[in-house]
Amino acid sequence: MAKNMTVYLKIWRQPGPDQPGRMVDYTLQDVSPDMSFLEMLDVLNTQLIARGDEPVEFDSDCREGICGSCGMVINGIAHGPLKGVATCQLHMRSFDDGATIVIEPWRARSFPVIKDLVVDRSAFDRIIISGGYVTVKTGQAPDAHAIPVPRPDQEKAMDAAACIGCGACVAACPNASAALFTAAKISHLAYLPQGRVEARERALAMVRQMDAEGFGNCSNHGECEAVCPKEISISTIAKMRREYLKAVVLNPE
Amino acid sequence: MPVSCCDLWTTVGKKYLAAAAGLVFLVFVIVHLGGNLLLLLDNPNLYNSYSHHLVSLGPLLWFGEAVLLAFFLLHAVIGTLVYIRAREARPVGYHEIADAGKPSRKTLSSRTMIWSGIVILVFTILHLITFKFGEHYTVVVDGIEMRDFHTLVVEVFQKPGYVVWYLLAMVLLGLHLRHGFWSAFQSLGVNHPRYTPFIYGLGTGLAVLLAFGYIVIPIYVYFKY
Ligand code: FES
Repeated sequence: MAKNMTVYLKIWRQPGPDQPGRMVDYTLQDVSPDMSFLEMLDVLNTQLIARGDEPVEFDSDCREGICGSCGMVINGIAHGPLKGVATCQLHMRSFDDGATIVIEPWRARSFPVIKDLVVDRSAFDRIIISGGYVTVKTGQAPDAHAIPVPRPDQEKAMDAAACIGCGACVAACPNASAALFTAAKISHLAYLPQGRVEARERALAMVRQMDAEGFGNCSNHGECEAVCPKEISISTIAKMRREYLKAVVLNPE
Repeated sequence: MPVSCCDLWTTVGKKYLAAAAGLVFLVFVIVHLGGNLLLLLDNPNLYNSYSHHLVSLGPLLWFGEAVLLAFFLLHAVIGTLVYIRAREARPVGYHEIADAGKPSRKTLSSRTMIWSGIVILVFTILHLITFKFGEHYTVVVDGIEMRDFHTLVVEVFQKPGYVVWYLLAMVLLGLHLRHGFWSAFQSLGVNHPRYTPFIYGLGTGLAVLLAFGYIVIPIYVYFKY
């Protein structure tokens, strides 16, 4: 069994949305390398509470990489050093004993800090509300093979649908652009026959909403794909641009 | 849902325009280099005849110049707006930023597009002042009187300061193209698992080749004359 470690944390502390924040140093001893990153923060918080200090606020829910609640920039990389995982799937064995770990919230004007490491990501919700759905009468579930979908399209749609909306793409983007998120949602539906019906309206509405939220302009750095816990490809961004081009130039109404 | 031309001015629409303008400029930069390489030949009149041919195109040339100017301005304006929007979209920065590594395309080139772009803009203005609107020498070739660009080029490239500035600008042009080439395709929605890596590599190759081509000329002229 690997021996327990000591880590030196530098964490962004901000008491509230409009209050100034600052980096605060904490030393945490006896950290098991088998702990998850969030468990390590839980241990820190237990100690802070015992001391009568405010615990570090952070989001988490499923703690298995499927809900998209968690997320922080760890040593300058969204979701930390490990590829293809959310912060909750990161373990302390990814760090060295005695390491300094810098922890910051997602930084974007459209993701204002609520407290410490928690940001308001409702901008993403509004992008979804603008068009990230299909209009169908629900009721009985149709037979799975009622509408045939070619295998390659299924794959592409599923790859895009893996997006958990965590916001790491925005956090990592030098432009704070939400292109990967929006593109994943547009592509996911555009590859499926059920989504084709509203594809034009969806592309227009979601891009307009993305811009209205104040996210930056994608300039193809591709840093988003590298930090995405679901490893969603920037080929979805190209797909979004094809869909949008169809909507605006090739098929205007 | 009705569309208007404003929909071409969204963050997605701007990318089409910037990409199209950028690709037009790539073609221009290649053709321009082709013409300039005539300077490496021993007969100065070849270069003069070539430029005389271009000037003789008259209205066709003016049209081409107007298109280039329009695209240049469009590209510059969009590039500036992308930069400003990025600054506004992240008013509070990070204490620490690291590179996430593959498959990211974030490079020195992609991070400095605005700066390489500004240098190219300044360079282009000075370049036009120095050459197009520069000293007017004349020469007679085969009985035709024409502007002697060759003499002007040789004269300008005798100044070490100008040569160094020219080299620097061309290195930055290469840096701009290295990200710009593949980025233009991605902006226009062209992305394919097999061809995109090729396009990415081709962009790097083109950047190096074009920068090299442009750099060779002043150095050659400086040492030859
Ligand atoms: S807590 Fe659900 S993805 Fe991390």
